[in-house]
Parts: sequence; structure tokens; C-alpha cells
Amino acid sequence: MTPERRARAEELIARYPQAQSALIPFLQFCQAQDGYVTEQAISDGAEMAGITPAKARSIASFYSLLFKEPVGKHVVQICRTLSCMLRGADELQAHARKRLGLRNGETSADGAFTYEEVECLAACDRAPCLQHNLEFHYDVTPAEFDRLLETWAARDPATTMPAE
Amino acid sequence: MATFEPVLTRGIGEIDLTDIEVYKQTGGFASLDKALRQMTPEAVAGEVSASNLRGRGGAGFPTGKKWSFLPNDGRPRYLVCNCDEAEPGTFKDHMLLEATPFSIIEGLIISAYAIRAQKIFMYIRGEFLDGYRIFRRALEQATLQGYAGRRILGTDLSMDIVMHRGAGAYICGEETAMLESIEGKRGEPRLKPPFPANAGLYGMPTVVNNVETICCVPPIITRGAAWFASIGPEKCPGPKIISVSGHVRKPGNYEVPMGIPARELIDDYAGGLLPGRRLKAIQPGGGSSAAIFEEDLDTRIDFDSLAAKKTMLGSGGFVVMDDTTCMVRASQTLVRFFEHESCGQCTPCREGGQWVARMVSRLEAGEGSASDLRVLNTINNTITGTNLCPLGDSIMPFLSSVLRRFPEEFEAHVRMAGCPLRAVALGATG
Ligand SMILES: Cc1cc2nc3c(=O)[nH]c(=O)nc-3n(C[C@H](O)[C@H](O)[C@H](O)COP(=O)(O)O)c2cc1C
Ligand code: SF4
Ligand code: FES
Repeated sequence: MTPERRARAEELIARYPQAQSALIPFLQFCQAQDGYVTEQAISDGAEMAGITPAKARSIASFYSLLFKEPVGKHVVQICRTLSCMLRGADELQAHARKRLGLRNGETSADGAFTYEEVECLAACDRAPCLQHNLEFHYDVTPAEFDRLLETWAARDPATTMPAE
Repeated sequence: MATFEPVLTRGIGEIDLTDIEVYKQTGGFASLDKALRQMTPEAVAGEVSASNLRGRGGAGFPTGKKWSFLPNDGRPRYLVCNCDEAEPGTFKDHMLLEATPFSIIEGLIISAYAIRAQKIFMYIRGEFLDGYRIFRRALEQATLQGYAGRRILGTDLSMDIVMHRGAGAYICGEETAMLESIEGKRGEPRLKPPFPANAGLYGMPTVVNNVETICCVPPIITRGAAWFASIGPEKCPGPKIISVSGHVRKPGNYEVPMGIPARELIDDYAGGLLPGRRLKAIQPGGGSSAAIFEEDLDTRIDFDSLAAKKTMLGSGGFVVMDDTTCMVRASQTLVRFFEHESCGQCTPCREGGQWVARMVSRLEAGEGSASDLRVLNTINNTITGTNLCPLGDSIMPFLSSVLRRFPEEFEAHVRMAGCPLRAVALGATG
């Protein structure tokens, strides 16, 4: 473990009565730096929590916001559940897939974008909605999507999935 | 139009309640002051019991009663606040988190005092990163000013709130899955009993309460249990935030007195249906609830009245569908949701969910058969009531209710190899 990660692990462990509680926050921290949950992060997390790497891997695999493989710098997640569907999510998704040239779950060859269709984001009154690197965008029309896409493509984000 | 004065959402959208000074100017922390200086923990818990407050997370369990189950055996107790909101159609806790974090903090400290908790855990859905940051800043300010942390308001009470971010999993909203998740494990629900009151977080006595439930506590302490109990039906009183989405003119969160008719919520609060449309179906309690229909519009919105209609108030997510909505497509988004979110421990939920999702998707794509319909009509008893947690029992209610009500729409998908509504729409435009 790097000294920086060890320091972070210790700080996280101190928040909880038991060390294993710090596992997911620790993996979130590592993912924010590495872009996804690497094997190194799994073994560091396992060491920190006092469990086997296999167990840590199984735990990490349970959570959809912990990525097991590299993802794009921009992760675009469009809600696909009922309330958004009723207010134009299908149209937005079709548009986004075409503009990005990606299907659900795919990452672009240049590593810039990952596209996902996700479940209810608890913003159903401002449908259709999406998250870009966990930042919400509401009432997104196809035209608004194009505008957003331009701003995303213009600049690399500091982190894809911020930890805190 | 109703003249109900909002309590939980007061000031939201008008003033910046994320600013601690603004929160204090509106009477913020007066309730905490009263509880800590003038009341014993037992008196606070007694007031909450007397208010008849029922949990706003979905199950509607009486909060005072839940608190009273904690054993008096000297072990440390924990209070967990459930802000994992992910029930389709529900977005009230998300709003409370971002718009009025100090109400949550005040409610948490009072509740923790009442149950003599040692620590509070605030579990925030992973997707709510903005909300997490807003709450963290609020907690820092509250701690600096002595409303949380060490020696609160100069009293002997010290209470930490540990913030924990989720990482993407609807099932972690189920209380025992949430405890597993905080312990750093897979979010798989536990077999009950033992209940969290006896063996909860780290095996210790634990109470899990929803964000909105917690936000009801400060006004109960300030205004008294009798005030709260006087709003709406005797057995489930109080103000209630309903999240209205779908085909209404003004989707949004509306705070209403418990027990108003569904019609009033749609017409008076949410602005009515879109022009020229007719109502087709409503999900009154999030994605897990069975539908109600036009003839049910006089049904009152509270736990008991909706249960009498064989559906539920649940999380208070009210999804309105008008006559342009295909019931097969609507069902598909929901069964796919549950298929996706099943933790996989129970066979009926895991396998049944997959089968149902596949069949409904086939129907939707125009590739379904009469035998798919027969199976969907009879599979309810095989899936529902045979699982460890209520998620498995949430797969079928909406689908079964609309299948019973609109059988011809499902049959038409088989007969016409696709959606009749879409065929009409295409015919009309082209
Ligand atoms: C699948 C599932 C998901 C749930 N999701 C939530 C949730 O997001 N928020 C919540 O407060 N309760 C949720 N619940 C209910 C909790 O298990 C629990 O009853 C609730 O948090 C208790 O709080 P209350 O008594 O204040 O309502 C969920 C239950 C199930 C079965
Ligand atoms: S009912 Fe479904 S979600 Fe609940 S424990 Fe069983 S498999 Fe998991
Ligand atoms: S259905 Fe899209 S945010 Fe709820």
C-alpha cells in the first residue's frame, strides 16, 4: 500500500467501530484515483479490512458504482425507469446512443465515454434525467443533451467518480 | 385548493435552508434545545409514541413502538438513518437531503437522545454525491456551533453522525441489507428474527429510520404529539410528502395532510392531467405497489386506506399514467428494475424475476405468445410470499394489477405482434 493510501485507510477505519466498514469507502477513494477498482485496490482493501482478496472482490462486485474494469473519463448514466420512460427517456436514450455511438454498457475505443442505462435516480419529477460523473442533469431534451455533450467533450474531468 | 400549511418542506424553494443562520432564523434547533434541556429521553420517546407517527420509509411501522423494542441490557445502541432512496417514483428524501439538511441533523440528534444511542450512521445513496456534500457541509457547521458532536448545546450529550456513502444497490435500502452494507459486506438482507432492535449493526441494538420519519420528530417535539396526531386519520396521522411524477402538469414533491383523496392530490396539487388526456393507471406507493384506477380516485392517501384497496402507500411515490401509456411497456420497466436489483439469495426472486422480465420484454417486442400470458397470469403465487425480503414480493403487484384490469391490451400485443397503442400513434401521425 502506498503511504497515501495507508493514511487514507487509517483515517477511514477510525470512523467506524470495525475496520471492514471502511472497505467500500476505501475502494471509492481508490476508484476516484485509478478510474476503476484495480486488483491492487482490492488487495490493499482486503489487507485493511482483514479479509481475503477473493472476499473483497466479491463484495466490490455487488455494487454497481464500483467498476471492475476501466471506464471512460466521462460516465453518462441515463435513467430508464418508469417515470422517466413516461416523460421521454426512450427518445433521449436513442439520441444518446446515436451521438455517442455506444450501446448500453459500452465504453468508447478512445476511453472518453462510457454509456449506461440505469435505474431510477430519485429525480422523477424532472424527467428524463441523467448523471454525468455523478452530477445530475434534469429535464434533458435531445437538444440539451447535445449541448451537454459539447461541454463534456471540451474538457477532461479531474475525476470520473469522485469519492466524497 | 387545500390550505394545509407545510411543516416538513416549509421554506424549501423560497429560502436557503442549507445556510445554518437561515435555518436558525426560521426556528431551527429550537426543538433540539427543548428536548435536551426540558425533556428526559423517555419523555421525548413518549411524545413520539403519542403522536402516532408511522415510518415513512415504506412499511409504515409505528416509530415510537420501534424505538420501544430496544432491550435495556447495557450494550451500545445505534441509530441508522436511511437515505438510500431508490424506490421507482420516489424522490422526497433526495429533496430533503439537499434542501434542508439541518432538519435531518436536528431530528437525528433528538431521536438518538430519545433512544440513548451511542452513535448515528447516516447512509446516503451513492448516486447522491451532491447531497452527500451538502450534508457534510451542514454537519460541519452544526458541529462548529454545538448542535452536533461534543457537548451539544453545552449539555452532557455528545453524539457523532458518521456519514456512509452507498455504492449503487437498491436493495441496501432494506434495513438489514443496509446494516450489512455499513459493515462493509455485500448488501444481502438478513433472515429475521433476530430483528435489528436486538441484533442490528455490529450485532448491537439498532434502530433504522427513514429520512422523512426523522424530519417529523422536531416538529412533534416543538408543537406536541397532539398537534401531529390531529392531522389526518387517527391511525396514521401527520404531514406526508408525496412524490408525484409521470403524466401530470406539475410533477413534484407535495406535502399534504395524510388522508387526502387521490383526486385532490392530482388535480389541486399536481395541476391535473396533461391537456386532452384521460387517466389510465396510478402507482400510489412506488414501483413496488399495485396500480389503482380512475374509479379509485376518491381513495384516501394513507397507509390503511390504500392497503384496503390491495395496494400501499409505501414510500409515497405516486406515478400517474394517462391513456397514452402502454401497460406492457410500463410493466416491463418495473419488472426489469426488480430483476436487476435482486440480490440473488432467494430462488423465486432471482429466477422468477428473470423469467418474468424476459416474458414481459418478449410481449413488448411483439414476440410473446399466449402461453407467456397464461404463465404471467398464474405465476404470482409462486413468486410472491416466498422470499426472504419484500423485494421478491414487489415483482408482481403492478404487473398483476394491470394484467387483470387491461387483459385485452396484453392479448393485443400477442395478436398484433406489437403494441396496439404504438400502431395507433403511427397511424395518426403518418
Ligand atoms: C427492497 C427494499 C428497499 C427499501 N428501500 C428503502 C429506502 O430507500 N429508504 C427507506 O427509508 N426505506 C427503505 N426500505 C424500508 C426499510 O427496510 C425500513 O423499513 C425503513 O428504512 C424503516 O424506516 P421507517 O420505520 O422510518 O419507515 C426498503 C425496503 C425494502 C424491502
Ligand atoms: S427477496 Fe430478492 S432481494 Fe430479497 S433477499 Fe431474496 S433474493 Fe435478495
Ligand atoms: S424514474 Fe427516472 S429518476 Fe425516477
